[in-house]
Amino acid sequence: MRFEAVIGLEIHAQLLTESKLFCGCSTKFGNPPNTNICPVCMGHPGVLPILNKKAVEFTIRMGLATSCTINKYSIFARKNYFYPDLPKGYQISQYELPLCSNGYLEIEHQNQRKKIRINRIHLEEDAGKSIHDQGNFTLLDFNRCGVPLIEIVTAPDIQTPEEAGIFLSEIRQIVKYLGICDGNMEEGSLRCDANVSIREAGSNILGTKTEVKNMNSIKNVVDALKYEIERQIEIVSSGGRIIQQTLLWNADKQIIEPMRTKEESHDYRYFPEPDLPIVEVNEEWLNVIRENLPELPSIRKERMKSQYNIPDYDIEILTTEKEFADYFEETAKFTDDYKSISNWFMTEILKILNEQKISIKEFPIKPEYLGELIKLINNQTISGKIAKEVFNEMLVEPGSPSEIIKEKNLIQISDEKIIEEIVQKVIESNQKQVQQYLEGKDKVFAHFVGQVMRETKGKANPSLVNKILKEKLDNLRK
Amino acid sequence: MKITKELILHIAELSHLKLKEDEIEKFQIELNQILEYVDNLNEIDTSSIEPLSHPLPIVNVFREDRVEKSITREEALKNAPEATDEFFKVPKVI
Ligand SMILES: [Zn+2]
Repeated sequence: MRFEAVIGLEIHAQLLTESKLFCGCSTKFGNPPNTNICPVCMGHPGVLPILNKKAVEFTIRMGLATSCTINKYSIFARKNYFYPDLPKGYQISQYELPLCSNGYLEIEHQNQRKKIRINRIHLEEDAGKSIHDQGNFTLLDFNRCGVPLIEIVTAPDIQTPEEAGIFLSEIRQIVKYLGICDGNMEEGSLRCDANVSIREAGSNILGTKTEVKNMNSIKNVVDALKYEIERQIEIVSSGGRIIQQTLLWNADKQIIEPMRTKEESHDYRYFPEPDLPIVEVNEEWLNVIRENLPELPSIRKERMKSQYNIPDYDIEILTTEKEFADYFEETAKFTDDYKSISNWFMTEILKILNEQKISIKEFPIKPEYLGELIKLINNQTISGKIAKEVFNEMLVEPGSPSEIIKEKNLIQISDEKIIEEIVQKVIESNQKQVQQYLEGKDKVFAHFVGQVMRETKGKANPSLVNKILKEKLDNLRK
Repeated sequence: MKITKELILHIAELSHLKLKEDEIEKFQIELNQILEYVDNLNEIDTSSIEPLSHPLPIVNVFREDRVEKSITREEALKNAPEATDEFFKVPKVI
């Protein structure tokens, strides 16, 4: 029997607000435990949650970016469950009437475009963090409790682990472009759970599904889904039955394990949150949000293509991360040699980001200085080779390229007289090679170039060196 | 809807409450009475009325996204039955 997989994703994205969803506590990551908490997010009796307007606007941005209907009226609900990371005994989420519903995102895989439907995008609060394995205790840090999250729920339209990976990276790119989430999967600001089942290829009956969690990178999602689909196929093929359960991906061992938890019956008993009035998104407000919507990846690509006139391939690379595109466009304010910026970016800069495992935000050379460096090459102040040296210098020492060039005395020698003198000297002291050249060994020409460069510590204008050398040597041939 | 003993036990389990035998019986009777009372509402035709999700006719009560000073950790941990210097402490859950 041939099988096909049916996959739906639930993606949680932590919103980049300064304060929590219902109180003024900071959302800052990495603060000491239990220092960003207050009576509201701790669920003390008698407190009232008040909704963070920006979090609502961020959710609507995501809805607009994925062609969702933005519901005019939406409400919050209490999702009741008893677990120590949730001090109130319920999570404030949305159930009926979420902020956004019925959208989609088009992905491209193996040159085919495919629509993945998005059932809903709702706004909810995060829970706290439990620290287990502390003897007979569990320790709790409530800093994250009440931090705003959006949950994006897809229809079961995804059929392969690869499609899931592409969909997730598109979502990641969009939230970053929208400026609503930093997209960091390792730190957990973007999390993805998957519902997976298999069925006979072509059938329209859904099999029993499992939920896979703990996949904190796009690669993990692809690996875990591959593993889980294989596992299910093996069970069904040998006559077994799939048990509905929650599974965790163990990336170190590359296996899936059942979640370690006490047996809980899931019965969330949702009901409308009485402490929060209805949210009404009227036309006027929606228009303001729409007008202020940051440029989406697809639109930015098109604009950059027409604005900078560089190859499509370059544009693809430059827009993979919003920060790449930002860096490029910032540099483009300082030089109009766009292709050179792109070349420097794709070769030198990306190499360093990979080697040093840093993000472009941590990259030490300011766009302004890269722009200046390119200008210095183009107006022949320095050669490309020296530019590389200056670039490396800027990596370790902050400072403008002009300063570095002056300081290190690297300005290119473009004075023909000076170069002629040096060329003359090199010819006189390399008579053996001159003889070879005269006998027709053109290869030794490179030797002369190298000698001139050595004499000038690489500062001689290479095209002038070539020209003058050729003239002088060819004169000797006559 | 009828509240059975099983349902009382289910709700008690979800709420992590331990009920004594006489309490189970007591809550079963009380909850049934409450539901019977609420059932009276079914006599009214509500087919043309929008469901009510909030008792007050107000919309859009927001706060701006500004960080306000929280209480200190010491204050936050003060009321907890058990805590370390940094964390709340509860019986092992896994
Ligand atoms: Zn708070």
